[in-house]
Amino acid sequence: MTWFRSRYFPLEHADSADTRSYHRSRRRRAAAAIAIVVTVLTATFFLTMIVGNFHISPSGVLDILFMGGGSAGDRQVVVDIRLPRVLCSFLVGAALSASGLAMQSLFKNPMASPSVLGISSGAAFGASLAISFGIGGAALGYYAVPAMAFLFCFVTIGAVYLLARTRYGVASLTLLLSGIAVGAFFGGLVSLMQYVANEDVLASIVYWTMGSFNKCGWSAFGMAVVPIVAGALLIASRSRELNLISAGEEQASNMGVDIKSTRTLLFLGTSLCIGGSVAISGTIGFVGLIVPHVFRMLVGPDHKLLMPLCILGGASFMAAVDAVSKAAFAIPIPVGILTCLLGAPFFIYVMKTRRREMWE
Amino acid sequence: MGMRLEVCGVSFFYASRDVLRDVTLEAGAGEVVGILGCNGCGKTTLLKCINATLTPANGCVTVDEEEMTGMSKRDVAKKMGFVTQSTYVTFPFTVYETVMMGRYSRIEAFGAENAGDVDAVHDAMSYAGVLEFKDRVISEMSGGERRRVMIARALAQEPDILLLDEPTLHLDLSHQFDLMELVRRLSRDKGMLAVIVTHDVVLASRYCDRVIMMKEGVVVAAGTGPDVITPNNLKEVFDIEAEVRPDDRFVLDVTIVGRASRHEGKPS
Repeated sequence: MTWFRSRYFPLEHADSADTRSYHRSRRRRAAAAIAIVVTVLTATFFLTMIVGNFHISPSGVLDILFMGGGSAGDRQVVVDIRLPRVLCSFLVGAALSASGLAMQSLFKNPMASPSVLGISSGAAFGASLAISFGIGGAALGYYAVPAMAFLFCFVTIGAVYLLARTRYGVASLTLLLSGIAVGAFFGGLVSLMQYVANEDVLASIVYWTMGSFNKCGWSAFGMAVVPIVAGALLIASRSRELNLISAGEEQASNMGVDIKSTRTLLFLGTSLCIGGSVAISGTIGFVGLIVPHVFRMLVGPDHKLLMPLCILGGASFMAAVDAVSKAAFAIPIPVGILTCLLGAPFFIYVMKTRRREMWE
Repeated sequence: MGMRLEVCGVSFFYASRDVLRDVTLEAGAGEVVGILGCNGCGKTTLLKCINATLTPANGCVTVDEEEMTGMSKRDVAKKMGFVTQSTYVTFPFTVYETVMMGRYSRIEAFGAENAGDVDAVHDAMSYAGVLEFKDRVISEMSGGERRRVMIARALAQEPDILLLDEPTLHLDLSHQFDLMELVRRLSRDKGMLAVIVTHDVVLASRYCDRVIMMKEGVVVAAGTGPDVITPNNLKEVFDIEAEVRPDDRFVLDVTIVGRASRHEGKPS
C-alpha cells in the first residue's frame, strides 16, 4: 500500500483489481506486439540473406550461415557481402526510426524527421568533408567519417532548434521552415564540394547524397555499430520522458522532467544515430518519418512500447526496402531513391490527414 | 500533516515589466486558497514562481521551510501538482496513459511501473471521476472531462499541494461547480492544499477558505472570503460594481451589478 493510498484514499477506493488487470492486459498486448516484430525481423533477415544477384539456394545460404558449409565463392558472397549489408541496413533502419520518433515527440510535430529537418544534410556535409579533404582523419582515423557526420549533425540540430525556437516554444511552421533553410544551406555546401572535387571523390560524394548500402561491408559495419547502438540506447532510455514531453513541454516540466538535459541527451543520441547512419549509407530520407507513423497508428503513442517497435520494425523495413532496391529492378538502384519515392507521397498523406497536430 | 507553504516577498520581472511585486502569502494543509484578479495581474506568474518554473527575482517560496528554487524538478513534482490552463495533448494518448504520466517523479530513473503505481493511478482516476474513460483518447473528450483527466494526472503525483490555473475556464456552469466540489473534497477529506487562480468571484466566494486579491502584481487584500470579497475591493480590482451579502446557504451572496467606471452616476 502506497503512502498515497493510506493517506488519501480510504478503503472504498481500494478495489483496483479491474485497473490492475487492465494494466496486465496492456502489458500482454505490448509483449505480443514486440514478439510479432521480432518474428518479422527474423524473417526479414533470412529473406534478405537469400535475395541477391548471385544465385545461391535458400538451403545453401542456411548451410553457409549455420553449418559453415558451401563453396569458398558462395561463402564469400554470403558472409562478406550479404551478411554485413543486411546488418548495416538493420542498424541504419533502427537508427533512423529511433531518431525520427525522438524528433517527432520532442518537437511535438508528426512531420519532423532527420531528413525533413535538414539534419541528414548537415551530417552528409560533415561526412563529405572527411571524405574529400580528409578533415579529421589525422585525429580520428577509422572513425573520421562518422565522427565528422556526428559533429555536423549535432550542430545542425542545434541550429534548427535555435532558429525555430521562440519565447513561446517551438512552433511547427518555423521548425519545418528552419529545417528547410538549414538543409538547403548544407545541401548547397555539398554541391559546392561536388563541383570542386576530383572525379574519384565526386563519385563517392554522389553516392553519399543518394543513399545506398552498396559499399557496406564489415568495415562499414564496424564503423557504425558503436555510435548507432549507443545512440539508440540513449534515445530509448528517454522513452518515459518522451511520453511526457510529447504531451506538452510545460506540463512535462511540472511533472518532474528536466527538459533541458533530456533535450540535450536526445540531440546527442540522434546525432550519434544519424552520424553513424550517414557515414556508411549516406542520406536515406523519410524512413524516420514513415516507420514511427505506421507504428503510432497501430499501437498508439506510448513510447515505452513505440520505441522498441520502431527500432526493431525500422530495422526490418530498411532491410526489406534495400532488398527490393537491389533485386526488383533491371539494375540495382540506390535505396535512398526508393525511400524518397515512397516517402514523399507518405509525407503528403500525413500532411493532409494530420493537419491539426501539424499547425497547432 | 502540518505542511505549510510560505511565499515571502516574491517579486518577478519579465524583460521590462514587473509582474509581481513583493507578494507574500502563507497557507497550510487542508485549505483552498483562491487567487483572484484580472487577466494579466500576475496570477499565473505567481503559480509558476511557487512551483519553481520561474525563479523569483527577490523573495522565496518554501514548503515546510525547504526552499523550492534549487530543488530538482522531480522533487518539486513530488510536492506539488500543477494543472495548467491548457489541456491540449499533441499525440492521441489514452486517459490511462496520460494519468500514468503523473507517476514519472515517483518511478526510479530506469524502473518500471509496479502494482503500487497502478493502484495510485486507479485511485487518482476514481477520485477525479474518469475511471470509466481509461481507454478513451484524450483529444476526443470534452473540455470538462479533459480537465478532470489533468487533475487525475496531478493526483497521481501524490502531491501535498495542488496548483490549479483557471480550472473552470471554458467549462459550462454545472461542470464548474462539479470541479470546485472535487477540489474542496480533496482538501477536506485528504488534507491537500489547493491554490486556485481564477477570475470567477462567485466561485471563489463559495469554495475558497481564503482569498488573495491581486492587481498589477501586488496583493491588494488577503483574508477570508467575507474579509476580501467586498464591494470596495471588487471595484478597485475588477472595476466592478457589486453587492455582497452574507448568506446562510453559501457564506456570501455576490451580485454583480455592472461595470463601475461606466456605471457612475447612472441609475441601474
